[in-house]
Amino acid sequence: MQSPALDESKVTLNYHQEAVTGHHGHPDHRMFGVFVFLIADSMTFLGLFAAFMIYRTIMPAWPPEGTPELELLVPIINTAILVTSSFVMHKGQDALKKGDISGLQLWFGLTAIMGLAFLLGQGYEYFHAEFGLTTNLFTSCFFALTGFHGLHVATGVLLILSVLWRSRDKGHYSSTSHFGVEAAEIYWHFVDVIWLVLFVIVYLIN
Amino acid sequence: MTTTTEAQITENGHSSQHQERKWQDYFTFSTDHKVIGIQYLVTAFFFYLVGGALAEAMRIELATPDPDFVQPEFYNQLMTMHGSIMLFLWIIPAGAAFANYLIPLMIGAEDMAFPRLNAVAFWIIPPGGIFFLSSFFIGTAQAGWTSYPPLSLVSGKWGEEIWILSVLLLGTSSIFGAINFVTTIFKMRMPDMDIHSMPLFCWSMLATSALIILGTPVLAAALILLSFDLIAGTAFFNPAGGGDPIVYQHMFWFYSHPAVYIMILPFFGVISEVLPVHSRKPIFGYRAIAYSSLAISFLGLIVWAHHMFTSGTPGWLRMFFMATTMIIAVPTGIKIFSWCATLWGGKLNLNSALLFGVGFLSSFLIGGLSGVMLASAPFDIHVHDTYFIVAHFHYVLFGGAVFGLFAAVYHWFPKMSGRMVNETLGRIHFALTFIGFNLTFLPMHPLGLQGMNRRIALYDPQFQSLNMLVTIGSFILAVSTFPFLINIIWSVFKGEKAPRNPWRALTLEWQTASPPIIENFEEEPVLWAGPYEYGIDIESVDGEESVEEMLAEVGAES
Repeated sequence: MQSPALDESKVTLNYHQEAVTGHHGHPDHRMFGVFVFLIADSMTFLGLFAAFMIYRTIMPAWPPEGTPELELLVPIINTAILVTSSFVMHKGQDALKKGDISGLQLWFGLTAIMGLAFLLGQGYEYFHAEFGLTTNLFTSCFFALTGFHGLHVATGVLLILSVLWRSRDKGHYSSTSHFGVEAAEIYWHFVDVIWLVLFVIVYLIN
Repeated sequence: MTTTTEAQITENGHSSQHQERKWQDYFTFSTDHKVIGIQYLVTAFFFYLVGGALAEAMRIELATPDPDFVQPEFYNQLMTMHGSIMLFLWIIPAGAAFANYLIPLMIGAEDMAFPRLNAVAFWIIPPGGIFFLSSFFIGTAQAGWTSYPPLSLVSGKWGEEIWILSVLLLGTSSIFGAINFVTTIFKMRMPDMDIHSMPLFCWSMLATSALIILGTPVLAAALILLSFDLIAGTAFFNPAGGGDPIVYQHMFWFYSHPAVYIMILPFFGVISEVLPVHSRKPIFGYRAIAYSSLAISFLGLIVWAHHMFTSGTPGWLRMFFMATTMIIAVPTGIKIFSWCATLWGGKLNLNSALLFGVGFLSSFLIGGLSGVMLASAPFDIHVHDTYFIVAHFHYVLFGGAVFGLFAAVYHWFPKMSGRMVNETLGRIHFALTFIGFNLTFLPMHPLGLQGMNRRIALYDPQFQSLNMLVTIGSFILAVSTFPFLINIIWSVFKGEKAPRNPWRALTLEWQTASPPIIENFEEEPVLWAGPYEYGIDIESVDGEESVEEMLAEVGAES
């Protein structure tokens, strides 16, 4: 009876000390949470892509006859912008890991501009398209898929802007504490990869 | 020993470190997982009463073959809302309720991994539910909880749109919850607890969360496209505009078949907790039950088209889905046998919790067996959209999930409220529920085999006598809710004070006060036995105290 009691009081003490420091130093599981969320988000795209591929397989003609050719120039430029932006963004994180906040701001700022350029390109494509949302099944799919992806790009740009906004506070991000920076970057890479799949199945294989 | 530790705690001023729980916490944006768990449970129960009232209205209508109590259109709305509310606002949130309440306690953590996200997940539900119900004012959706196009595109635009938006909201809440459960289970276990000494409820929530994370987004994608069809005039699923309604069915069932497991797996977990405690025996086949949860979760993702045997699904695809569906009976059977073997030769304490546990076993078994029958394509084609289907899924979802849910309420009520329930009322509740349930749903099997169509307000007069029986059963079911409500309300205020471990259980939630303090444990919980090592008196800890003695000690504290 005696020894467990002793042990336990020791444990109690340790626990209290931990609890005091623990309130600020909780182990950080947010990155794990981000990954789980991205799995969920990628399933949304998987659902949309699967629907698109089923249509492509079962419809007698795909795209349906009379669908105007998709213009490829703007989306190719957009693809180049988006892929490059992933590398640009990574340089920002590298800079931060060396403690260089202004480097982070420079590269992330550039990424945000590239993201906006992508959105502008997509807007240009929408306005100059020779078809509308309801023209036929293919064009509906085109707008639904690129639009849903565009929403993700817009969200990514907002995330980057909020990182930039927060980075004005000295010490908000440091070489050791930078969850927001990493989360924004992983999200951006995710959006980038989704675009590559989308570009192949919507623009290239038709 | 106890008194010394407690004295130390007070001397250290430890208890003042933690805030006291206020009753207002239950009505505000609290990030405490225990508060959130109870918020989920009470909200879900409210919607159970709403969904139940809708069901009673349907049964009154179906007491006679003619549509004399409500208009057929209104019947369609009742049917749609009954199904949707029971699934999205009762069983799924009720599973999340127990997951929220129990996971951190069971693994010895202070709270969930993301407490604020957790609170957000809950607070989406009440507005989502009210929004859902508000559609009654403008003409609710009539297309059933499946919302198949083209029917859903032609039966009331705005009611359908509200239905879609509410389900999207509730699905988002469900995903947020699942992210929390997975992260908490993987990352927040106390250091001594490896994944194989984790209570089985946590295993089952792991399997459930995986399904939520993989399935719900696909439903969201389908509903977004359906919404476009409804509002923007596209034709993804509308054959009139060149679309294909079958694609919707695939996307819908890719979520909605796993949804069945999302609804039943948490209660598989509950049963794995309730049975060993109240029969004083170790769980039979811990790893078999744990892994079969994961197997069900995986197989659940590749069986969806068995809902579509009559949708022009080609033969080879039918064969595939028929085979995978039947394979699910294997891990489910492993669980049923393990639970029976747990009960076998145990020192059964047939209190309300165990009665509902055993009720679960027997009713779910019937639902599971009729499920195997339905997996067979030739049989399924015969009974598709008849009352046989209605009987089957009510045996799974009421006989399974709801019985498991009540078992959980009776089992953990002392922990949640710090009071014991009234056993007599609990047993009356069980008897009425069990009789009412079987009287309601058993006759639906022959009705379906004889060809009575589901989802329709009128039927052939030859079915009237059995339908009358079903309606009487549903009244008994309605009445059975009253002893439960009275019991819970009375016990919360006047019940006998509960000790911290009234059932002498070994899982960690019983090592803290009833109800647990904020941040759960006064002192770091000690893992001195596996979760189910009951009746093993010879085994001792540190060679000094047997598990039974330590249990007696914990039980003595209050």
